[in-house]
Amino acid sequence: MKLKFILPLVLFFVLVAFLGKGLFLDPREVPSPLIGKPAPAFEAPVLGDPSKTFSPADMKGKVWLLNTWASWCVACREEHPLLIEMLAHDIPLYGLGYKDVEKDALDLLDKMGNPYIITANDADGTIGIDYGVYGVPETYIIDKAGIIRYKQIGPITPESLRDKILPLLKALNA
Amino acid sequence: MIMMRNIVIGLVLFISAFSFTATSFAQDRVSESPAVEARLKKLSIELRCLVCQNSTLADSDAPLAQDLRNEIRKLIETGNSDEEVVAYLVARYGDFVTFRPPVNTSTALLWFGPFLMLIIGLITLVVVLKKRAKLLGAEETLP
Repeated sequence: MKLKFILPLVLFFVLVAFLGKGLFLDPREVPSPLIGKPAPAFEAPVLGDPSKTFSPADMKGKVWLLNTWASWCVACREEHPLLIEMLAHDIPLYGLGYKDVEKDALDLLDKMGNPYIITANDADGTIGIDYGVYGVPETYIIDKAGIIRYKQIGPITPESLRDKILPLLKALNA
Repeated sequence: MIMMRNIVIGLVLFISAFSFTATSFAQDRVSESPAVEARLKKLSIELRCLVCQNSTLADSDAPLAQDLRNEIRKLIETGNSDEEVVAYLVARYGDFVTFRPPVNTSTALLWFGPFLMLIIGLITLVVVLKKRAKLLGAEETLP
């Protein structure tokens, strides 16, 4: 008899829990199917030095970050000071210049500082498509075996750096 | 005078609205083969634009949608089947790009949840009705 009253209450709280969780989800965030898969191969000219090329294959055996950015992207500028700060943590940060004019990209790095060891230039955005980029900035953490372990959609925040990126880098480098 | 001007403005807006409704292929590198374009159109109304997420790849003006349409054109021209084109996009952007969710373990609840609810509802109904019938029967035998 008691069950008759308790059951609806339990169902109600289950519903509240689901709806409550839904409030804190970002519906624009599309989970990447590439996590746990090898980083797509590419070979792209180096920004500012097009005679050289950069390829993820060069990074085998290292844990590294690939940050997609563009000079026309407002959120990237927001993120930029934090990237500069990350230099102090000795994080191997590589850039992917997404659909950018080379001169504009270089101007931005001149003005705001260059946090990248190398930026590969993806002028027509085809590398971006292979990586499932749908809104710069997006950042990938790639492990020693070349597997994508994490994707940050949107700018890196001090919280995501502290709670997700730094602990993961530590674990992957261990 | 003002009314005249308003009518003209209204007309211009009306006409320009119609010129954009069909699809957003205006700035695309359109293929020479009408068959390729027809297949692209058929495919792209089934696929989601990742930038403006509730519109299809066919009617989005976002630069990424243009790029993706051009990639699909290339894939069709190089002899890929419709399934292969969809698989190409799903591999990069996940099941979310398709407007019809596929049946797999993560979408099982979505597909079969309603039937589950229906069965639970039917069982509850039968139980309640049986109980009520019993109660009524008991009442009738009362003196």
